[in-house]
Amino acid sequence: MTPEATLFDALDATTATNAKVEALAVYFREAADADKLWVIALLSGRRPKRPVTSTQLRQWAAEVSGIPDWLFEASYHVVGDFAETVTHIAKLEQRMERSLAEWVRYVEELKDLSEVEKATRVKAVWAGLEGMELFVFNKIITGGFRIGVSQKIMVKGLSKATGVDEDVLAHRLMGDWAPHHTTFHDLVLGANEGDDHSRPYPFYLAYGIEGPEGTAAGAGLQDLLPLGDPREWQVEHKWDGIRGQLIVRGGQHYVWSRGEELVTDKYPELEALRKALPDGTVLDGELLAWKDGAPLPFAEMQKRIGRKSVGKKLLADVPVIFMAYDLMEHDGTDIRQRPLNERRQLLERIVAAAQHPMLTLSPTLAFTTWEEIVAHREHARTASIEGLMLKRRSSTYEVGRRRGDWWKWKVDPLSIDAVLTFSMQGHGRRADLYTDHTFGLWQEGQLVTFAKAYSGLTDSEMKEVDAFVKKNTLERFGPVRQVKAELVFEIAFEGISTSTRHKSGVAVRFPRIARWRKDKKPEDADTLDALKRMAAALPTAPNDL
Amino acid sequence: MRLTPLLAFTPRGIHCPIADVYIDPWRGVDRAIITHAHSDHARGGSGHYLATPVTKALMHARIGADLSVEGLGYGKPVTINGVRFSLHPAGHIPGSAQVRVEYQDEVWVATGDYKRQLDGISDAFEPVRCHTLITECTFGLPIYRWKEPVEVFAEIDAWWRGNAANGVCSVISAYSLGKAQRVMTGVDPSIGPILVHGAVANMNTVLQDCGLELPPWEHITKDTPKERFRNALVITPGSALDTPWMNRMKPYRSAMASGWMQLRGWRRRSNIDRGFVLSDHADWEALLLAVKESGAERVIATHGYTDLFSQYLRSVGYDATAESTEFAGEAGADGTEGTRSVDPVIPALSREGRPETNAS
Ligand SMILES: [Zn+2]
Ligand SMILES: [Zn+2]
Repeated sequence: MTPEATLFDALDATTATNAKVEALAVYFREAADADKLWVIALLSGRRPKRPVTSTQLRQWAAEVSGIPDWLFEASYHVVGDFAETVTHIAKLEQRMERSLAEWVRYVEELKDLSEVEKATRVKAVWAGLEGMELFVFNKIITGGFRIGVSQKIMVKGLSKATGVDEDVLAHRLMGDWAPHHTTFHDLVLGANEGDDHSRPYPFYLAYGIEGPEGTAAGAGLQDLLPLGDPREWQVEHKWDGIRGQLIVRGGQHYVWSRGEELVTDKYPELEALRKALPDGTVLDGELLAWKDGAPLPFAEMQKRIGRKSVGKKLLADVPVIFMAYDLMEHDGTDIRQRPLNERRQLLERIVAAAQHPMLTLSPTLAFTTWEEIVAHREHARTASIEGLMLKRRSSTYEVGRRRGDWWKWKVDPLSIDAVLTFSMQGHGRRADLYTDHTFGLWQEGQLVTFAKAYSGLTDSEMKEVDAFVKKNTLERFGPVRQVKAELVFEIAFEGISTSTRHKSGVAVRFPRIARWRKDKKPEDADTLDALKRMAAALPTAPNDL
Repeated sequence: MRLTPLLAFTPRGIHCPIADVYIDPWRGVDRAIITHAHSDHARGGSGHYLATPVTKALMHARIGADLSVEGLGYGKPVTINGVRFSLHPAGHIPGSAQVRVEYQDEVWVATGDYKRQLDGISDAFEPVRCHTLITECTFGLPIYRWKEPVEVFAEIDAWWRGNAANGVCSVISAYSLGKAQRVMTGVDPSIGPILVHGAVANMNTVLQDCGLELPPWEHITKDTPKERFRNALVITPGSALDTPWMNRMKPYRSAMASGWMQLRGWRRRSNIDRGFVLSDHADWEALLLAVKESGAERVIATHGYTDLFSQYLRSVGYDATAESTEFAGEAGADGTEGTRSVDPVIPALSREGRPETNAS
């Protein structure tokens, strides 16, 4: 077995984070640099262009398996994953041996070949590999590489193996790099840092202000007091848009979303900012649907998120602005280590000088006591404000989620991000749409069902979810389908209580879909424990429902 | 051909109208032949039963001591109203049998559950020639292809050994009858003690009384010292997995040994740390071989992917149909690999992962 197959077998065999980190560390210590580079690329969502279509692959798979097309399709339906289906069905005949980097090249070279030649080469691999090695090849050629390892876990393993700090690695692995144009040495050990104009900085993410029970529920004045002197704090609204990073370097501009996705082309209106901002500027802020001087509801923003290319009508209906709240790079210099108040002054200057309608400054709230902040939060809920952000004026700009200097304080604690797990067909006019959804929260690596919700999506979202369900069914249970854990929704509810009748141990009252979190991956959804803590923190929750 | 078939599918089960005998009925009947002692095949409530001696002993232990069961060894015929019945090894679990039914030169075989791999505890599957074969097809899709059991046991041993070296208890969820004993017999007992749940202990005792040899095992009781678990392999039915019963075993890792573990999706969704692909059913190739070796022209698929499997058999020239055996939805609830009556795609996972179908 190749070192990669051993690694992926180990990753696949465990649900424990520590074991995954350890397996990665072992791999990164021992494997060849060229292959390691590709493992990093694949696990961070970078992959070679697909040289073949899925129709071609399905046709060839049915041909080599010696079974009728319909049986292959039925098998695929049961497995739910093409790469895995082929792995189970294919039979080893003539063993092939190549390293991961060579396999990637093998896949890339298919691009310019005739269809017949492509088929021959792909079929040769299906008869030449088995088990995890074949699965990895199939994943590369089909273009998806989700195997239950987040980038964070991969970075931990890489850090353990190389001794390079996790934060530094996280930054180095960001941006628009490709394995073809770098080496393991340059990328991970940072030999050629600074070459890549598009490379973003890792975002600084805030923890939530927590009440006595460890959740935002019940948090109040007493939880702000430990923050100390209010004058040391800057408070802004927490905007309900998409976290974004705007980069202007080398005469180009780049827009990154928090999901580490380059979304420059999705927001063409921001191109104007390239000229309005000085070269060597990197802003942290929020992409917000904004019209006539006011934010549009998040549902409008949703329309923009899913689109790769944006039509004129949508651009006119749902224009997007960049609401800046921090400055990470100024005049080409990384200023993340300078205190927030200095960064804020520079930011204010830059935004004022730009004088552009697509760029606004996130306003800070005037206040002198924490009581004012508590009162402000209570009245803050509007269409586009999720709560408040509290930032220490002396804070440096950190990497990733950190406690201490930045806090978020959401308005309504009674909502939680959950993963769609099952869907059932609706009734009456929606009888052929999957509209009744079941949602799960994480517990020890598994999704535990906690609520069902029927309402809250727009008609077009409903259709989109329906299409997803039909395409991603793992199993059918009569009218119910179990789907791939992929979609994340914010589920709002009126109350929570502990319940012995529910498997989750917690029952929520009137759950509904608050919104579709297209910006979140399933692993970003909340845990059952978080819900239980919320329940414990609510004094007036009714008993059993 | 006769107007009434030798065996017919009725709401009570597979029925031989000439002899008035049912095979694995799921409601009470006068006379029943039982293929094996799994609860989706052997049910109480019937007047008189015919089964292999091992199945008889198991039925007395599982269903009731007062059950009227006649033991019939493999290959020995019994004639009822001119119909000759005999039982032949199915290789599924100890005592499991295929039922051969002969009447006036016509032979039918109902396989019950079967596998062709040797498991060290069951008599080897015996191909039986017939005109009409009623075959199970729990794993009747080409995606199911089993590895050699020795490879699987090497994986289990390595997992157990690794856990034991770290003082972590290894807990395998395996059905208490059949899979549990197969796992015990297949692993390397020098790694540590084999400790079992009460349900497994009961089955062990019955099978040992029938002459089955098992490696040393201990029944877990309140008095089992905590240190005993540190390098142990615990074998438990799935229903006890992650319940307070297991608190004393912490830290532990859990695994499941089942054919369904072949699919990554099922491994992931079953709340376990490891999945070992070990099945007591025939895989795709073994099913096709069994059909071929039976020499049958007519095949009736039951139990599993019946529609797809029979459609495939038709496409390669058999006269094949699908029949549902209405196992009343209880099959497999305790961790057997049996499938549910409504939809053959549902493996038997007893814990999280199934939706509540009523609004709560
Ligand atoms: Zn069985
Ligand atoms: Zn069965």
